[in-house]
Amino acid sequence: MNYPPAPGSLLVIVPAFNEEGAIAGVVGSVRRHMPDTPVLVIDDFSRDGTISAARGAGAELLCLPHHLGLGGAVQAGYKLAFELGFEYVIRVDGDGQHDAADIPRILEALKSSGCEMAIGSRFVEASGASSSFMRRLGIRFFRAVLRPILGKQVHDPTSGFVGVNRRALQVFSRSFPLEYPEIEALVVLQRRRFSFVEVPCKMRPRVTGRSSITATKSFYYIAHVLLGVFTNVLKYDGRPHRDG
Amino acid sequence: MDRLLNVTTALSLILLLMVLFSIRRQHIRVEYSMSWLLAACGLLALSRCRPALDFVATHIGLGVDSPLALFLIGGSVFLIMFFRYSMIVSDLRDDNIALAQRVAILEFHINKLINHG
Repeated sequence: MNYPPAPGSLLVIVPAFNEEGAIAGVVGSVRRHMPDTPVLVIDDFSRDGTISAARGAGAELLCLPHHLGLGGAVQAGYKLAFELGFEYVIRVDGDGQHDAADIPRILEALKSSGCEMAIGSRFVEASGASSSFMRRLGIRFFRAVLRPILGKQVHDPTSGFVGVNRRALQVFSRSFPLEYPEIEALVVLQRRRFSFVEVPCKMRPRVTGRSSITATKSFYYIAHVLLGVFTNVLKYDGRPHRDG
Repeated sequence: MDRLLNVTTALSLILLLMVLFSIRRQHIRVEYSMSWLLAACGLLALSRCRPALDFVATHIGLGVDSPLALFLIGGSVFLIMFFRYSMIVSDLRDDNIALAQRVAILEFHINKLINHG
């Protein structure tokens, strides 16, 4: 990774926790499709061989000293990217569900639309066949909740395939939800009157492992995200924090 | 009622001693022990001073000689303290996350410097 990076440069970040089986494929795929783009794997204190697999595939590594959860890991990547001066950051999940072939279109959407965020969406062109019934139900529910808050429809609010520009990077470096961040992040952006665009993308079944949101946990997920959404709507930003 | 007050006196004393011993062994920081000490002293005072307990009970609408008053006061004190400690824990977690991220970022920079040096 060269820094300071060139103007308009992109960093691909890959948050990973125990993704030994998939991470090399994800990094390799990104490097094939975006050969000149640095790939940063944020290891969230994995207990398996994620670090060596990512390093072997040619990724840069940001290793967290203990497990922070998805939001904490993604925010660490955003902070580093902002400090290093990157203009765009695209997040790709470490489980292999996102197709790196879609990265150029997300980047193009970010550049051409002027929006602060571009979301890779399964549902813009109804290509969401890989989602479970429960997940689709949850997505419909959150679409309905978010519609009046955001002032526009978001087809795939739970997508982790997200690109942001430097303005959003600055905001997320300071304030980013720690658990289940995708939906709350939209509300964080909305508070700054930022905008987003959705880009049709394909999602694949995860290569290894299982989703952390099981049937039982999905109720906790819904309650947690709902509370997070409404606290973000009503949030007081007064507590000073040098780095968080 | 007297028996109940004796039990709460004993519980307050036990809480007071536990907090003091914890401070002595540095298991709890002084700033976090203050509210426990205040709560234990308050409960002890109410248990031993019937006029004070009756005064509080009357003012919250329970009338004199009501054992419920003591438990209502004790319960309220502990609820407020648990809430206060939830806020402290949340602040500490935020600080801890920010520190962990900062450590990781600094380690990244150090590795870059070593590799380029």
